[in-house]
Amino acid sequence: MKLSFRRKAVNAVMLTLTGACTFLVASVLLVILGYLAWNGLASLNLDFFTKLPVPAGETGGGMAHAILGSAKVLLAAMLIGVPIGFFAGVYLAEFGDGVFPGIIRYTTDLLNGVPSIVIGIFAYALIVLPMRHPSTLAGGIALGVMMIPISLRTTEEFLRAVPVSLREGAMALGAGKARTIFTVVIPAAKSGILSGLMLNLARVAGETAPLLFTAFGNQFWSPGWMLATATLPQVIYAYAISPYEDWRRQAWAAGFVLLVLVLSVNAVARFAIGRTTSRGRS
Amino acid sequence: MATTATSPSLPQRLRAGDPVAHTLTGMAASFILAITALLLYHLWTGSALPRAEFGWGFLTGSSWDPVAEKFGALPFIYGTVMTSLLALLIAVPVGLGCAIFLAELAPRGASDALTFTIELLAAVPSVIYGLLGIFLLVPILQTTVVPALVAVFGFLPIFQGPFQGVSVFSAGIILAIMIVPFIVSVSREILLAVPQDQREAALALGATSWETTWKVVVPYALTGIFGSVFLALARALGETMAVTMVIGNKPEVSSSLLAPGYSIAAVIANEWAETSSGAMHQQVLIELGLVLFALTVVINGVARLLILSMKGGKK
Repeated sequence: MKLSFRRKAVNAVMLTLTGACTFLVASVLLVILGYLAWNGLASLNLDFFTKLPVPAGETGGGMAHAILGSAKVLLAAMLIGVPIGFFAGVYLAEFGDGVFPGIIRYTTDLLNGVPSIVIGIFAYALIVLPMRHPSTLAGGIALGVMMIPISLRTTEEFLRAVPVSLREGAMALGAGKARTIFTVVIPAAKSGILSGLMLNLARVAGETAPLLFTAFGNQFWSPGWMLATATLPQVIYAYAISPYEDWRRQAWAAGFVLLVLVLSVNAVARFAIGRTTSRGRS
Repeated sequence: MATTATSPSLPQRLRAGDPVAHTLTGMAASFILAITALLLYHLWTGSALPRAEFGWGFLTGSSWDPVAEKFGALPFIYGTVMTSLLALLIAVPVGLGCAIFLAELAPRGASDALTFTIELLAAVPSVIYGLLGIFLLVPILQTTVVPALVAVFGFLPIFQGPFQGVSVFSAGIILAIMIVPFIVSVSREILLAVPQDQREAALALGATSWETTWKVVVPYALTGIFGSVFLALARALGETMAVTMVIGNKPEVSSSLLAPGYSIAAVIANEWAETSSGAMHQQVLIELGLVLFALTVVINGVARLLILSMKGGKK
């Protein structure tokens, strides 16, 4: 009886402790969102989305250049990273037995684990150095390289999740492997792959380190693809460590906008996938 | 159908794309090999100068003077390792507690909602953590947490000296907050992969749900849990922005956690703009990148082995 009481007590205490841990960690998200909303909303107005920054010391101005810059860098990253990751994912899912695919899988894991700042060095050596100046394109290539491993993994995973009966059905009708893959398997896995793409974009959208010496930053518009450009995360960093009060307020506003964008894309994609397993850089 | 008239060519037409698809997708896969090889090539050739000049002594040298071209990586390696270990020390117990609660103890509905929230936390960009680190965490540490810690543990060498806010300690805390979601989500999945009959057997013997979890499920999943910790460690080592913003950026090795420090990723981010291509200073930063790359490859490799052996064991 006494022992039983002790065991029950331990059970209750540990349930409470682990539960408290969980609520503590989950509440961090609320703190982050709340604190950014509190500080960011005050500086958020139409100018923020439509105007260029003003010189330090003056109030007003916005971050239209950084919002457009981020969008362009992400577009470039997507065009570079996703096709490679997608087709390589198809390869691993459909032709993926043997030594060579094993090597590809290992290399992809390796690439996935490379710290983002090292990817920045790589993109610098690859693009910025030959071109002699930072550019939207260089930033896009840095983020594009970062998108490849996740793009590959989500594609492979969702293709493998397609029921064998669908493939068998197509094959039984006489379709070859390629026809089966591109007309039956991929359409069946489409929504999962697209959700994976959204998560992937949301992840690199917040990356700052690889952009520091590739897209670099810019106080003005950056027409075309070959000039240095501001991006939201880079401006948040630069403004947060600046000594100007007004810039810091703008950093909060930009942080809030970035956070809301990233989290809502994440939430939508996770709902679309229909389960809450992680698809991070694990 | 009418096409049966052309039946000899139909099967061929239906298979026509096979070699093309194989080659095309195989090329995309090979491209990944090429990119990774190119990455290694650039890191290696880009750091030829300091590797020739300093050799292995680079890793143990502690002076950092770009003007005199004296470079030693020790303060950065030290700062990177210390912040990451401190982060693990905090994040592992908390993260494991969360994972256990979510996978084993919590009711299904609450578990799903909380898991969703914690995984959103993993998506918060690191520059946002840095922003909150500077303006929210550091002031809190300065006014309440650190004075309390110093009052109790002030005799320990790790809590000596003045605290100016930005420090190895602050960087460790912010890293801890950043890696908890990863430990939670990977560990939770590993716990969920433990076969149900293990639990049923323990419960049938009269164990409470905590005893079942702690004495049966967790030991079964231990290898995989270690894997999740190594995965989190690799992330912490490579983390740049949040650390750069709160570590203090001072290349010194100090036994006190309250002193400012520097990390490998932070010095690359901070000093790159001051360097010119091909110059010794930039090549040294590339070599630091190479060191960081090697560190994370090893740690990630260990993590993957642990997790794979766990998954292999379960089926």
